Amino acid sequence: MPRPEVLDWLRKRFFPHMWCPGCGHGIILHAILRALVDSGKKREETVIASGIGCSSRMPGYIDACTIHTTHGRSLAFATGIKLANPELTIVDVMGDGDCSAIGGNHFIHACRRNIGITAVVMNNNIYGMTGGQASPTTPLGAKATTAPYGAIDPPFDICKLAQGAGATYVARATIAQPVICEQYIKNGLANNGFSVVEIISSCHTQFGRKNNRRTPLDNINFFRNNSVPIAKAQGMTPEDLEGKIVTGEFVKRETPEYTRLYLDLISRVGGNKA
Amino acid sequence: MPRIEFWQGNVSLAYGAIAAGCRFFGGYPITPSSEIAEVMSEELPRVNGRFIQMEDEIAGIAATIGGSVAGYKAMTATSGPGFSLKQENLGLAYMAEIPIVVVDVMRGGPSTGLPTSIAQQDVMQARWGTHGDHATIAYAPSSVQECYEVAIKAFNMAERFRQPVLIMSDEVLGHMREKVVVPEAGDLTLIDRKKPACSPDDFMAYKPDPEDNLPPMASFGDGYRWHITGLTHNEWGFPTNCATEIAFKSARLMDKVNVYRDEIVEYETESVEDAEMIVVAYGSVARTALSAVRQARARNIKVGYFRPVTLWPFPDREIEKLAEKAGKLIVPELNFGQMIHEVERAVHGKAGIIQMSLVNGELFQPSEILGKIEEVA
Repeated sequence: MPRPEVLDWLRKRFFPHMWCPGCGHGIILHAILRALVDSGKKREETVIASGIGCSSRMPGYIDACTIHTTHGRSLAFATGIKLANPELTIVDVMGDGDCSAIGGNHFIHACRRNIGITAVVMNNNIYGMTGGQASPTTPLGAKATTAPYGAIDPPFDICKLAQGAGATYVARATIAQPVICEQYIKNGLANNGFSVVEIISSCHTQFGRKNNRRTPLDNINFFRNNSVPIAKAQGMTPEDLEGKIVTGEFVKRETPEYTRLYLDLISRVGGNKA
Repeated sequence: MPRIEFWQGNVSLAYGAIAAGCRFFGGYPITPSSEIAEVMSEELPRVNGRFIQMEDEIAGIAATIGGSVAGYKAMTATSGPGFSLKQENLGLAYMAEIPIVVVDVMRGGPSTGLPTSIAQQDVMQARWGTHGDHATIAYAPSSVQECYEVAIKAFNMAERFRQPVLIMSDEVLGHMREKVVVPEAGDLTLIDRKKPACSPDDFMAYKPDPEDNLPPMASFGDGYRWHITGLTHNEWGFPTNCATEIAFKSARLMDKVNVYRDEIVEYETESVEDAEMIVVAYGSVARTALSAVRQARARNIKVGYFRPVTLWPFPDREIEKLAEKAGKLIVPELNFGQMIHEVERAVHGKAGIIQMSLVNGELFQPSEILGKIEEVA
């Protein structure tokens, strides 16, 4: 049972939620709320932004300043909000399609700017809401409603993408590790810059039924049996790592945060006295 | 004392926006609108505003909507291809009722078309570019002075009605230099969005005030918690499939212009009282048209001039009234016929309509319109 201070963050009048029973996203919602509460955030000073998809319905259920935008574009909206009011805490929740397909451009540029937003990427390897089509993170060979013979498109590694584009905190966990998810989101919130927390989530309804992970538990067990912490992965060959999920914190570094640079620019030209 | 400047249309529009209280600009470079972004990048930080060059046109309007949600008067500017790209998020701003100003400096199309040449081919896109029914307010300035003035009006309408407002400029106007009389800041009438008076727990972001049918708007960060979505929603902002709630929301979006139409519509006329024909033109073309009308008057031809300042809502009732007397309307446009369909709709067959189309990247010559007036007279 969630703690009362966590329950305070739920917008109860918006329930029942629209996720399937057993969906992995509920575990992530709970982890996000625990991280916000434990980080001392206030609801009226916290923005939850999202795009389109199952994951993106999450902001409706959170009693904060919430904005459910267009498919893939949430980081661009969130960038505007953060620049306008850098005091706000901004969590951008998105799916794998939002982040790495239609919104890929916004994702890499948010990384490049190092703007103070925490992106929680809920990666379930599929377009769930639209009926189980292949996404840019569908594993090679996995089946989807638009990949009936198995996916041939090489998948993205979202953490490597974020690292290459300049994000200053990058981590990955699975829904089989809810406490670690919470810890990484807290670390992301504490980072003064753009943070990416990729959480491998499950869609037993759409992905699982075509790929031998039909029940929620099949998925949790799959994540448990196939996750490899970074330290262990470093000693493994690429062949050994085939099909594994490498978890841990990939990037922790400091570079100037974007809105800080802009406020400095305003001071430099005297706008702070305007 | 008003100040005199010698500005480009784009520069004038940018300074007009700042005078209107615009303090947020998100954009992306595109000809022939880039000077607007350039002025904003220089001036906004000086007034504690925010400028950001985004990664694409879509992000430019998205960030602008974000800036407005966080409490700023916000604007983006673009041209043809960029206006196409912005349409989806423009629709979100209509649905979520977020005030922003979007400038389209029209150039030739379709596609990349004629980036450095004038056209008036985006008139219908301004009305119907984003999918779904919505109410459009769009200004078409025709002088550098008016670029400054409509920027202020556009912000006032956006803030008042809590919706996007468009400024349909054009390449010639954007790059032409003219004298601008800049009013004193204290002489301007500025409208700011209506804020909620209730407690945060009672705030329903889409519940209209009974007296004007318009909902007040909080900003993220000022103590209110609320939900914004592009899904059709109820008064709490929560997605709905309830027919009554859908009908209420959809009608209310349209009513912003339907109910307040007479306060929004603007137009300009000259020599219409005894006119036996009227030239109807907007934007840069209106300048050519006015010149031709004056020359024709000097030749004792009873011709008048009508210029819609708001393309949307269109001054249809006003044109209909004049058409009953005038009998003939000449409609020159730099397209194969867009506003002319509105003119036809307005006059209900009470006047003959003569179309003039020019799609070659250039303006009409006054002699061409004068020639048509003489032919029709």
